[in-house]
Amino acid sequence: MSWFSRTFSSSVGRKFAMALSALFLIIFLLQHATINFLSVISADAFNEASHFMGTNPLVQFLMQPILIFAVVFHFIMGFVLEAKNRASRPIKYFKKDTGNATWVSQNMIYSGLVILAFLALHFIDFWIPEMDYKYVQQLPEDPDRYYEELVHKFQSPLRTGVYVISFVLLGLHLWHGFQSSIQSVGINNRFTPGFKKVTEAFAVVIPFVFILIAVFHFFNH
Amino acid sequence: MDLKLKIWRQKNASDKGKMVNYDMKNVSPDMSFLEMLDVLNNELIEKGEEPVAFDHDCREGICGMCSLQINGRPHGPDTAITTCQLHMRKFKDGDTIYIEPFRSKAFPVIKDLIVDRSSFDRIQHAGGYISVNTSGNTQDANAIPVNKDDADKAFDAATCIGCGACVAACKNSSAMLFVSAKVSQFALLPQGQIERKTRAENMVAQMDAEGFGACTNTGACAAECPKEISLTNIARLNREFLKSKFG
Ligand code: HEM
Ligand code: SF4
Ligand code: FES
Repeated sequence: MSWFSRTFSSSVGRKFAMALSALFLIIFLLQHATINFLSVISADAFNEASHFMGTNPLVQFLMQPILIFAVVFHFIMGFVLEAKNRASRPIKYFKKDTGNATWVSQNMIYSGLVILAFLALHFIDFWIPEMDYKYVQQLPEDPDRYYEELVHKFQSPLRTGVYVISFVLLGLHLWHGFQSSIQSVGINNRFTPGFKKVTEAFAVVIPFVFILIAVFHFFNH
Repeated sequence: MDLKLKIWRQKNASDKGKMVNYDMKNVSPDMSFLEMLDVLNNELIEKGEEPVAFDHDCREGICGMCSLQINGRPHGPDTAITTCQLHMRKFKDGDTIYIEPFRSKAFPVIKDLIVDRSSFDRIQHAGGYISVNTSGNTQDANAIPVNKDDADKAFDAATCIGCGACVAACKNSSAMLFVSAKVSQFALLPQGQIERKTRAENMVAQMDAEGFGACTNTGACAAECPKEISLTNIARLNREFLKSKFG
């Protein structure tokens, strides 16, 4: 086996790759939440930022493919690890006491699956129309359309509800995931307990901001 | 006190096995858990039945032989102890107690509650050793300075008794806590430097080959470890592994 396949077929190497993809997604979430939050403050600012992201070649042809790769890699590796981990205990316990580890840490696959379902919806809602607009129909770029498109989506109570629930699950995923990824890349020192608090704050604040945006536009149209 | 026991019985490695109920009367709260099983076995032998096979050796918390998943927890309802250190006073009169073997693909059941933990030995063989020149001019270990902090951490890691509770507790049956303790005790000391670059790599490869799962960092292992091996060792193992691959 080559160095590459030996490294990334090992459990520790896979978790390292999992953590790297996740850390990339975490940075992306921060960026995404910041831009979306502009829509609450000012339609113009939001349009400007969205127009930049939507037309900048570096974002479109470098960052966007990396992002898609990171997402796809992350959930496929999530399934691979989950399958291997399940196979490691073919005969289950009759009585299992899981009181000594958090529920979220033991059920990352379920919070992950909800996020995955959400991502599918999110792609249908925004990304596919966006790709269609820009690259298929090649309509003339209108720098002011973004805000309207966003607000329009959150008129539906069903969609707003689904988004809110998904963000709660994202928060749970991050609550364990963020701190776990630090451990997976081999860091655990005297700063770790403090940094753990930062990751937990992140896991609360970021989903909260997304929820705020959805609810704001739902009540504000 | 009177107890209802539900015990995993399995004739041999290929038998399917099942849970069997036993009623125990007049159990003294001062008995250890293993003594309680001894009493049960005496009763079974008197009745002409096959006694329950379970592992034990030192019965003082140092060898790591006694195993048992008791009411869903390795070594039962107490922290930082082995099953031989568990006392019946931790239970109440009328309790139902589930007693199962440690479950992992890499710990196959041999009989009843006895599992084969030689997968741990094979992981050790893959890298849990040091090279020392024993040709007659061996350097006195005390002549090699080690700073106190490293010595303490190495010693803490070295207290791992290889019991397998970490594997039994983990939802993934991961052996990471055990392997991280074994890697750490050497990585922190000068004597461990010779094989340092290959140790983590080889031991992780063996751990994977045995069928243990990956680490999701749930922390269930450290919570159940009788020797309170810390999760910081797992971060060190990750570090050692990554350094050997990318360093
Ligand atoms: C924006 C989206 C997402 C973010 C920010 C995210 C973040 C994370 C983080 C930080 C971890 C911890 C990695 C580690 O322990 O080293 C993780 C683990 C995990 N993620 Fe995600 N995730 C996302 C989406 C998904 C999706 C769509 C799935 C689909 C199934 C998923 C499944 C998993 C699983 C199963 C694990 C646990 C792997 C293990 O430790 O065994 N995640 N995620
Ligand atoms: S790390 Fe703890 S639980 Fe795991 S084998 Fe060592 S002593 Fe037992
Ligand atoms: S019998 Fe030795 S540790 Fe329990």
